[in-house]
Amino acid sequence: MRSITMVQKLGKVLTNTRRFSSANSISSKPINLFSAINQALDLALDTDPRSYIFGEDVRFGGVFRCTMGLADKYGKHRVFNTPLCEQGIVGFGIGLAAMGNRAIAEIQFADYIFPAFDQIVNEAAKFRYRSGNQFNCGGLTVRAPYGAVGHGGHYHSQSPEAFFCHVPGLKVVIPRGPKQAKGLLLSCIRDPNPIVFFEPKWLYRLAVEEVPEDDYMFPLSQAEVIREGSDITLVGWGAQLQVMEQACVDAAQEGISCELIDLRTLVPWDKETVEASVRKTGRLLVSHEAPITGGFGAEISASIVERCFLRLEAPIARVCGLDTPFPLVFEPFYMPTKNKILDAIKATVNY
Amino acid sequence: MNPSGAVRSKLLRPLAMALTPSSSPYSATLGSIVSRRNFASSSSDEVLTIETSVPFTSHKCEPPSRSVQTTPKELMGFFQDMALMRRMEIAADSLYKAKLIRGFCHLYDGQEAVAVGMEAAITRKDCIITAYRDHCIYLGRGGTLVESFAELMGRTGGCSKGKGGSMHFYKKENGFYGGHGIVGAQIPLGCGLAFGQKYTKDETVTFTLYGDGAANQGQLFEALNIAALWDLPAILVCENNHYGMGTAEWRAAKSPAYYKRGDYVPGLKVDGMDVLAVKQACLFAKEHALKNGPIILEMDTYRYHGHSMSDPGSTYRTRDEISGVRQERDPLERVRKLILGNDIATVAELKDIEKQAKKEVDEAIAKAKESPMPDPSGLFSDVYVKGYGTEAFGADRKEVKSVLP
Ligand SMILES: Cc1ncc(C[n+]2csc(CCOP(=O)(O)OP(=O)(O)O)c2C)c(N)n1
Ligand SMILES: [Mg+2]
Repeated sequence: MRSITMVQKLGKVLTNTRRFSSANSISSKPINLFSAINQALDLALDTDPRSYIFGEDVRFGGVFRCTMGLADKYGKHRVFNTPLCEQGIVGFGIGLAAMGNRAIAEIQFADYIFPAFDQIVNEAAKFRYRSGNQFNCGGLTVRAPYGAVGHGGHYHSQSPEAFFCHVPGLKVVIPRGPKQAKGLLLSCIRDPNPIVFFEPKWLYRLAVEEVPEDDYMFPLSQAEVIREGSDITLVGWGAQLQVMEQACVDAAQEGISCELIDLRTLVPWDKETVEASVRKTGRLLVSHEAPITGGFGAEISASIVERCFLRLEAPIARVCGLDTPFPLVFEPFYMPTKNKILDAIKATVNY
Repeated sequence: MNPSGAVRSKLLRPLAMALTPSSSPYSATLGSIVSRRNFASSSSDEVLTIETSVPFTSHKCEPPSRSVQTTPKELMGFFQDMALMRRMEIAADSLYKAKLIRGFCHLYDGQEAVAVGMEAAITRKDCIITAYRDHCIYLGRGGTLVESFAELMGRTGGCSKGKGGSMHFYKKENGFYGGHGIVGAQIPLGCGLAFGQKYTKDETVTFTLYGDGAANQGQLFEALNIAALWDLPAILVCENNHYGMGTAEWRAAKSPAYYKRGDYVPGLKVDGMDVLAVKQACLFAKEHALKNGPIILEMDTYRYHGHSMSDPGSTYRTRDEISGVRQERDPLERVRKLILGNDIATVAELKDIEKQAKKEVDEAIAKAKESPMPDPSGLFSDVYVKGYGTEAFGADRKEVKSVLP
């Protein structure tokens, strides 16, 4: 098996960088999220001849254009279409990874990951443990677009991350924008553990930012403070951070200073960064699109209460999706919108 | 293959021969029209016998006869139904472009003969279950245009109260178990329906529809085994429109002979653009299923639109292929020719039917637009059974909460 040290020679690992600071790279260009993913995949294929990308229609670029041009560049034996069979796709990926390859599987929408749930949960996550470390599928990365897009309805909108966070042996990573997406995806592909990487599809085209053109990685399991503040800590991931950031801006106008943290890796998560922040602010709000009950916000709340009970000045607020199926016509009501967050910020600060 | 030897898409097949009743010297042996009068009335029940476009190809069963019995009245009904479906889908396309339909929307134009031919062979006590390309199946099951458009536009007057959208049409009282968004998921459900039917002993069957792409899901094979093991009255209908999104069948399936993929389950390949062939196959399949258990019907069909509204449908197939199918195999045109060839109605009368379809569709859209948007409280209803629910929580988990109605 390839070791992580060898991998680190490929691209530099950037430490926690502020959003607007440069990643010390030679050059960077403003690109959108799907192009950033495309760059990461391109680098992954380029730097490791034993890496493969497969999934439904990926050879033609995939529905979100993330794999555009890769089959032309690296050949259809390395970037290939699979039949429509998610369970087979992931099972195949586990086997491919077990042979020492980097298997990068695309599930077209996170809503379609459930046919593969068994392979991910029972096979991928436990392969190393149950074989006493003889086997593993650490080279496996499962990519899937997740989350609302405004009118996706029941099966093009879900955020299933919490299901996977309940599975020791897996890592779960979600980027918030193009630059993060590239650095985190490269880390995931090169990390020696199976990883589910959820991409915020709302931002594929919408989010545009400067992205370094070189090969760089962001460390996993490190949260990032993307906005400093002193009254309340807000924790989120993926597309939800944009909404939370707007709430922070609005709260600031009302004199409330919010600290915003991007968790980036959900499992294993960076409790220390969140704890340090809550110790400073004394208040916590967690927000995600997935339904509130059993969402990953519950895990964060419980852990922070354990760690900071005496320091908390108000109950932890969770602003999440409602406990209903993801709706077609009621999406605005279902969503943890800016105003809901702002209300919860005020309620928590004035508790 | 075509006699000139020119390269033609596999999807194209000359149908003119089978369609022209008496001009062809082979008409007698082809039996296009056996009984025919000069002025068949369009409402007449006189029996016509018409040859299917191509022979059925079978797997582990004796195929049914190519000679299909119909009546002028039935042919006129087919034309009317398909014209209405075609118009509905074209209107849905415009409504989607006008952003009046949100969510994902998959259109059925091109495949109408499958929905219409199937209905001609079965009763509303038989069940149908399908995937997301469900508008016309719903209409075939007796659904109304107004409820269709209301559902598409997310209004309370829709067949799923506006909560399902394009992919989730249902009509329980007429045995339509609906549209399903997850590819392949409906197939084992169909087995469960058929198992239930076996116990009611009322000689009914379930038609489970799935696409050529879905045929590669493991669930199909689980369902086939279950259905065969327990002799279920299940008919698995593979609507082979030759593409699963942008992937041509042969890129995704080692054997695109979907009617044979049940191995131990018999199968029949049917020209799914020929409504009479579909009807014949479904009559045959129902009888077979009641006697012997499951059977696969592979319907060779074609979708004119892209996969969904975000797919122009022209990047993975040629425009020539699409227009070729339209010209040579269109299900509506086939019936038109049969009607004209048998003097059942005039060109003008058929045009009038199409105009009428357009009018009905326009009126239905106007009506559907009057239907109100659902009340936000509908977000919480139907999650659990009324009275057996739990609480659903809003943003703060304290004040914004609703006890499920
Ligand atoms: C489990 C699952 N995977 C992927 C999808 C995305 N998807 C929707 S339709 C489709 C293609 C299906 O093709 P086919 O079965 O041939 O049906 P058709 O659209 O041609 O009617 C795909 C890949 C899905 N809805 N569900
Ligand atoms: Mg298809």
